[in-house]
Amino acid sequence: MTPRRLTLGRCVEVSAAWLLALIWIAPLLYAFWAAFHPPAYVTRFELFAPLTLQNFVEAWGYAPFARYFLNTFLLVSLILAGQFFFCTLAGYAFARFAFPGRDLLFALTLMQLFILPEVLIVENYRIMSGLGLIDTIAGIGLPYMASAFGIFLLRQAFKQVPRELEEAARVEGCGFLGVLWRVYVPVAKPVYLAYGLVSVSTHWNNFLWPLVVTNSVETRPLTVGLAIFGAPESGVNWAVISAATLMVVAPLLIAFLLFQRQFVQSFMTAGIK
Amino acid sequence: MPRLKTTTLYGWLLFAPAGVMLTLFAFSPTIATFWQSLFSRGTARRPSQFIGLDNYEAMLADPIFWQVAKNSLWYAVGTIPTSIAIALGMALWVNSKLPARTLVRMAYFTPTILPMIAAANIWLFFYTPNIGLLDQMGRALGLGGHNWLGDPSTALGAIIVTTVWKEAGFFMIFYLAALQTIPPDLKDAAAIEGAGRWTWFRRVVFPLLMPTTLFVLVNAMINSVKLIDHLFILTKGGPSNASKLLLYYVYETAFSYFDQPYAATLTVVILLTLGLLAVVQVRGLDRRIHYR
Repeated sequence: MTPRRLTLGRCVEVSAAWLLALIWIAPLLYAFWAAFHPPAYVTRFELFAPLTLQNFVEAWGYAPFARYFLNTFLLVSLILAGQFFFCTLAGYAFARFAFPGRDLLFALTLMQLFILPEVLIVENYRIMSGLGLIDTIAGIGLPYMASAFGIFLLRQAFKQVPRELEEAARVEGCGFLGVLWRVYVPVAKPVYLAYGLVSVSTHWNNFLWPLVVTNSVETRPLTVGLAIFGAPESGVNWAVISAATLMVVAPLLIAFLLFQRQFVQSFMTAGIK
Repeated sequence: MPRLKTTTLYGWLLFAPAGVMLTLFAFSPTIATFWQSLFSRGTARRPSQFIGLDNYEAMLADPIFWQVAKNSLWYAVGTIPTSIAIALGMALWVNSKLPARTLVRMAYFTPTILPMIAAANIWLFFYTPNIGLLDQMGRALGLGGHNWLGDPSTALGAIIVTTVWKEAGFFMIFYLAALQTIPPDLKDAAAIEGAGRWTWFRRVVFPLLMPTTLFVLVNAMINSVKLIDHLFILTKGGPSNASKLLLYYVYETAFSYFDQPYAATLTVVILLTLGLLAVVQVRGLDRRIHYR
């Protein structure tokens, strides 16, 4: 190892890294500033400006955020449950069953990595109308459930399970579903956790398809509610919009700050969103 | 042979639920999009009818389409190399012995977990003329105000900046993962050879990161097609289409102008672009791109 010297170059570099970090976090810090101070201080940065929670109270009163939170919560849980169900079964099929047509099916499945549900909004809207699922939470969630990405991820995880474990379970009388439940799923727990974190944060933040498919307060998720709320023509003042924005991001942001390492690891393992 | 038959049966049974979902919401809509693009727009008086490639002819004659295609290309050119370069820089810094490293990494990564809509809300205030933060800073430096989002020459640029801010930290993660797999003795060997930091990076690190770069590149390309949420808040594609991107145009055509066949025609362009990317990705996979 070369000894670390505190050269001028090194100092410049560290400062640059810090400066970039500051620039990157500044927009969020600014949102905090605007949300926790009276509207008069939106662009007046005084150290002892009075703090207030009034903006949050107002934002909460302007739009049915409680309902939006509930909708997003239901949506995210529904998608996660669906993804775990469909992707586990399909991933198991691809990992452990040699059936004719498997490779072709797998290749077709992977195509969904590129043909995202967002791109197919026009036809998916038509299909949802046909199924009578427009303006339902199921209608928002269904296109995301059989995720090629989840199938791929779980297939990789299942493939690494040693065959001996499976044989042992079979000797004890497990059927093929019993083996899946008792052997494969427990072994793949970290992958489920990583995939779950990525899925929840993706769908908590998702916007375009929910916008297309919902049109009432009873189904609208937070992002769509926030977009309507924050539209310039709504005439709501800046401090209140900042407060609403922070409310929407708060659950994920807090979870991220608490479990930073876990989040970063998950995104690393999970690769593509 | 009965054993073989059961595995076949089980395999198909296990795939069937996901298969039904994929067919309903991925395969059939893809095919239907192509089919739909061959029909005319139905009205109350005249039902939609088969018109062959007329929609495509109309598209090629549509000046907005060309404007939007050009914007999308600029959006890709503006966001992809910039966010990849910044992501790589971030990863190298965070991977080195930096004081307050965890804090810096957190700052870089945080935009990734915000919804694009929230990011757009925050940035909107930066760009607002006169009272916006950007103009206030400009004034402090003695510059005049500027309507960043209202001026056709800067609207798309403003959109690009927001996108880069949002996704660089996400790409950093993949570089970080790759950097951590580079064995430390390689660095020692290079030091013994007397390689400087720049040589080390150019001759060892960068080539080793190539698969990651390809992976990130494909992801960045996909994002440049699908990341349009902030348009809804920042510009709505304006002024006079200066910042309208292809997927936004699809949305508008289908759900504001209710011209489904033309929206399908535009979607076909997106599908073909993504198909091309898929081919690039598969080629890359052959060269053992890192998929964990």
